[in-house]
Amino acid sequence: MADVTFTVDGKKLTAPAGTLLIDACKAVGIEIPAFCYYPGLSLQAACRMCVVRIEKMPKLQTACTTTVAEGMVVQTETDEIKQARKATIELLLGNHPLDCPVCDAGGECELQDMTFKYGAAESKYVEIKQHREEQQWSPVVFFDRPRCILCYRCVRVCGEGMDVWALGIQNRGVSAVIAPNGQDHLECEECGMCIDICPVGALTSGTYRYKTRPWEMTHVATICTHCGDGCKTTLGTRRSNDGMEIVRGDNRDKSGINGDFLCIKGRYAFDFANRTERLTKPLVRQADGQFKEASWSEAIDFAAKRLREIRESKGGQAIGVIGSNRTTNEENYLLQKFARTVLGTNNIDHHRTVDYVSFAAALAGKSERTASLRDTANAPAILLLGNDPTEQHPALAWNLRSNVRLNRARIYIANHAEIKLRRQAKQFLEIPKDGYASLVQYLAGNDSVVAANEQTAAFRDAIRKEESLLIIFGSEFRGRDIQALVEFGLSLPNTKFVLLGDYANSRGAADMGLLPDTLPGYVPVASAAHFADEYGAVLPQNAGLDLLQMFDAAQSGNLAALYVVGSNPVTRYGVDPAVLKNTFVIVQDMFLTETAQLADVVFPAANLYEKAGTVTNTYGDIQLVKKAADKAGVRSDFELIVRLADRMGADLKKLVPFGRGVRADMGQTRGAQSGEADRHSVWLAAHGLEPKLSPFDPFATLDEIQRLVPSYSFSRLELLAGSDQHAKSELVQISAAPARRDLVLPSQDTLFTSGTLGRYSDKLKEVLDSHTTPKPVEAAAD
Amino acid sequence: MPRLVSHPDEVKIISRRFGQGAENLDKYLELDGYKATQLALEKGADWIIAEMKASGLRGRGGAGFPTGMKWSFVPKQSDRPKYVLVNGDESEPGTCKDHLIFLHDPHAVIEGTIIAGLAIGAKMGFIYLRGEYRYLLKIMEKAVADAYARGFLGKNIFGSGVDFDVVTQTGAGAYEVGEESALMESLEGKRGVPRIKPPFPAVVGLYGGPTVINNAETIATVPHILLMGGEPYAKIGSERNGGTRLFGISGHVERPGVYELPMGYNLKKAIYEVAGGVRGGRGLKAVVPGGSSTPVLRPEEIDVGLDFDQMGKAGTMLGSGGIVVIDDQTCIVEFALRTIAFYQHESCGWCIPCREGTDWLKKTIGRVHAGGGVDKDLDNIRYLAENMMGRTFCPLGDAAAMPTLGFIKKFRSEFEDHLNGKPCPYARHEELVGA
Repeated sequence: MADVTFTVDGKKLTAPAGTLLIDACKAVGIEIPAFCYYPGLSLQAACRMCVVRIEKMPKLQTACTTTVAEGMVVQTETDEIKQARKATIELLLGNHPLDCPVCDAGGECELQDMTFKYGAAESKYVEIKQHREEQQWSPVVFFDRPRCILCYRCVRVCGEGMDVWALGIQNRGVSAVIAPNGQDHLECEECGMCIDICPVGALTSGTYRYKTRPWEMTHVATICTHCGDGCKTTLGTRRSNDGMEIVRGDNRDKSGINGDFLCIKGRYAFDFANRTERLTKPLVRQADGQFKEASWSEAIDFAAKRLREIRESKGGQAIGVIGSNRTTNEENYLLQKFARTVLGTNNIDHHRTVDYVSFAAALAGKSERTASLRDTANAPAILLLGNDPTEQHPALAWNLRSNVRLNRARIYIANHAEIKLRRQAKQFLEIPKDGYASLVQYLAGNDSVVAANEQTAAFRDAIRKEESLLIIFGSEFRGRDIQALVEFGLSLPNTKFVLLGDYANSRGAADMGLLPDTLPGYVPVASAAHFADEYGAVLPQNAGLDLLQMFDAAQSGNLAALYVVGSNPVTRYGVDPAVLKNTFVIVQDMFLTETAQLADVVFPAANLYEKAGTVTNTYGDIQLVKKAADKAGVRSDFELIVRLADRMGADLKKLVPFGRGVRADMGQTRGAQSGEADRHSVWLAAHGLEPKLSPFDPFATLDEIQRLVPSYSFSRLELLAGSDQHAKSELVQISAAPARRDLVLPSQDTLFTSGTLGRYSDKLKEVLDSHTTPKPVEAAAD
Repeated sequence: MPRLVSHPDEVKIISRRFGQGAENLDKYLELDGYKATQLALEKGADWIIAEMKASGLRGRGGAGFPTGMKWSFVPKQSDRPKYVLVNGDESEPGTCKDHLIFLHDPHAVIEGTIIAGLAIGAKMGFIYLRGEYRYLLKIMEKAVADAYARGFLGKNIFGSGVDFDVVTQTGAGAYEVGEESALMESLEGKRGVPRIKPPFPAVVGLYGGPTVINNAETIATVPHILLMGGEPYAKIGSERNGGTRLFGISGHVERPGVYELPMGYNLKKAIYEVAGGVRGGRGLKAVVPGGSSTPVLRPEEIDVGLDFDQMGKAGTMLGSGGIVVIDDQTCIVEFALRTIAFYQHESCGWCIPCREGTDWLKKTIGRVHAGGGVDKDLDNIRYLAENMMGRTFCPLGDAAAMPTLGFIKKFRSEFEDHLNGKPCPYARHEELVGA
């Protein structure tokens, strides 16, 4: 829309016509207070805090409902306005319990801030406050009615944002109250958005309430370890007996790719980190078959010695390595480098949740063809094939809903189930579970493959008419089907693609070469000359064993050692424990998983919240992982790989290119002014020039990744600033996916599960139980 | 059926069929029924709007907006269907006029609805009755069914080729849905809270379509105007206040009831002559002139014409025409409490100043009346009411604050008499307010 010029507090401003006054002011730093207004949700004009004086208008006007107009003259902070706001706050405080000293929101409360700003310090009312008992609505949501100021943000975010509509308003007037859909409990997706959006302490979190005060915590914005969306979550940590414990997860830092959104896992399912069963001492299996706790040096020496013996006696091909979906890119990269250069094997794989290799091969050389998670929030037309984002990619589901609601995006969905997102779909096609490939052929113009009818024809016509299309698809597509889908997509104008994989760094595991056929960046193992040069090592030329072949080899006695990092393949693939009885197994994990129970050596590992590095979500958005928590007794996978390599006699400077950076002049020689050294080191870090003085510094490995993997040539400055960087898929160097059997095993997680890791979250379990166990019915009195 | 009252000064236009059995369609047709509709069908929309503008008819719900002008705001072209909406959510204390129309002359409402529809190009009208008027719904429903049976509603009404449907609906018992946008929400099956304006109903109204919403009395007046002509109607009333309206005179008068008087009729005369003066020869203490939300008048202020402009000048409002007369044996604090108790009970709770403000006003005034008041309470009451005025989402907040301000401004001494532990000098019926 055309721009209009108007005046606010004497400043001439310009904004597109139709912009809300409150937003136009915010854009230039004039804050107009509001409780009920929330960007992206429907307008309420209920709290009356945003009143402003507009010339020629008889009454004060609400800035949240007024659109800017040419020549409009606005005052936002006159005595009259201040008085109006003060009076409103006085009214709110009349019934507010003022239990700020114990309230969770104390220190982070918008009502507190506004009271402070407008000075409603004197209570005008002597009557007794209305009180109601606090209610627990779900394992994660508590409601404290007296603190509620009825801004209706929770009602709207649940309804409009989540399409759950679990909250409503009961009664009227001063008795009006927010109420849950299940009479006394919530029946919902447990996302906790209502808590996040609550401006006061009316809605509080079942994990955090009454635990600590906001200012007692350190707030670290990092990336969620659960699904493949890679949301930014802000972890509140505090000192504990054995490190730093996480006490809260929320979306305080709204700068992430998830915008306003965070689901139950990002918000509450950090509690696995605090589980008492967490391993904190290495375990070594004794001659009697029992585990015994060992010191780090004993355990590492033992494991390294055995690996060396096996490598020297049987060769690298007798050793297998299984990586993780949740370790960082640097760890994954290091692990494959360790496997290929130190162990001398291409027998490396991970639990593949989708077929990223075929996807990479299909898009190689095609620039700007993959979409960021951000793009899903504003693409004008989207074709969603397979998957159920509501359960498996909640942030994507949020984006798609918001996109339909705010931008009127057109979503076309074909699925074998009636997924919830069909409610936002312009067209929904229910197809057989094995009908995805045929559907793509049909869309591409082959009428003979499906029983076409009016509905399918309309679906195809609508998609083909779109001038720009984002195709999002799930693990239903593999191998040649991906190739066919991409080919169809490329026959349309302006198509982008997203492949939906399951975990925080599933994409990174594939990108970083945790694969038997390809090196980082999908470089085939046969054409690895530049890697060999860089690594200064001879790399195995033949493709290695894949994950299932490794277990086959173990069974037939041809796999002498297996090194498992942050993975539980025994349960995931239903491996018979007897298969591994003659294999020397090393496992790095947080818990004694089914796989770890079969190990000879178990190293207690740190999780994603206890380390730094980068992860790549399924869209190809690379993000910075910051160390938030700390646990005495555990080590990061990065450190463990380095230590193992060290004891195996590897040259650490070759493995991790540390000590190669520019030696920084920190300014001391020039009589640095205060703060200059800090600024200087920030600049060095931003340009990847800071000295990596330790072999445990993952950023040394990131330097190497950025040198050797062209698709990861992103801006380090932006990454460190907390922005997501999109992988350049066109730069992958693979022409065709290796011919392999289908190794994809989708995890089928729901909103309340998260693979093996999810089983160790008490909160997820509690929520899952509350959703699966019927509420006990009171027995009739007899 | 309540007894009807009458007075020689009345000019019976809207009430002309009251008590004559006009709820029966045949009787209604005898009394010129549906002639106006046929005339309107013949002459067309422009003529209707011109006559309405000439009539000077102003909305009888209370705001007094010129009806013809309101209709002319509806866009001629619209992608969505247009609607006529009759606001029969008559809930303002002291007001009982629409009630009589539904009871005695339901077809006039249907006729007015059809005519409004013809004027704006709507094919459907809704007649919305307040929840407590459920018993009147039967009458309205029968009238609508009878009209359908004769072909006055439905397809091709009066053989004109025009289709028009009417649907009746009741609320669930909320004063707030008398506010036009809240009424639309309620009609759509949602919680009865007001909508943000703009857009105004004339552009985006019921189900998103352009909607004309008029008070039931306004709508029932329309056929009479078309039959007698806009200008003759205008001449009956005072300047810029065309015609007559129904005034419900209640409270401490000898002959309470609903009287149809020309606009501009003198308030004092209405009380002392039409309604027979204060009951039992008592003195007059105060008059609430246009429903409970209008600021109170003292006896010396009531020599004023009952039209929108003169009442405005007198510092109050014509409102809904519900005149409440208060004798000198009445405690004004208690009356103020009764008034605010109503608004506290009826506040929808949507916005803070009204939700919280009405509650604190009720609590504070209640305490003052009960003898627990302290000096600063009176300033607090005023402060509260002043800070509600013009700050609320919809006019209900003003409706609660305005009379309160009026009471405390004009009868401050009575409030002061209650302070500092003193009992109410008029102590009579504590049970009046169910606090």
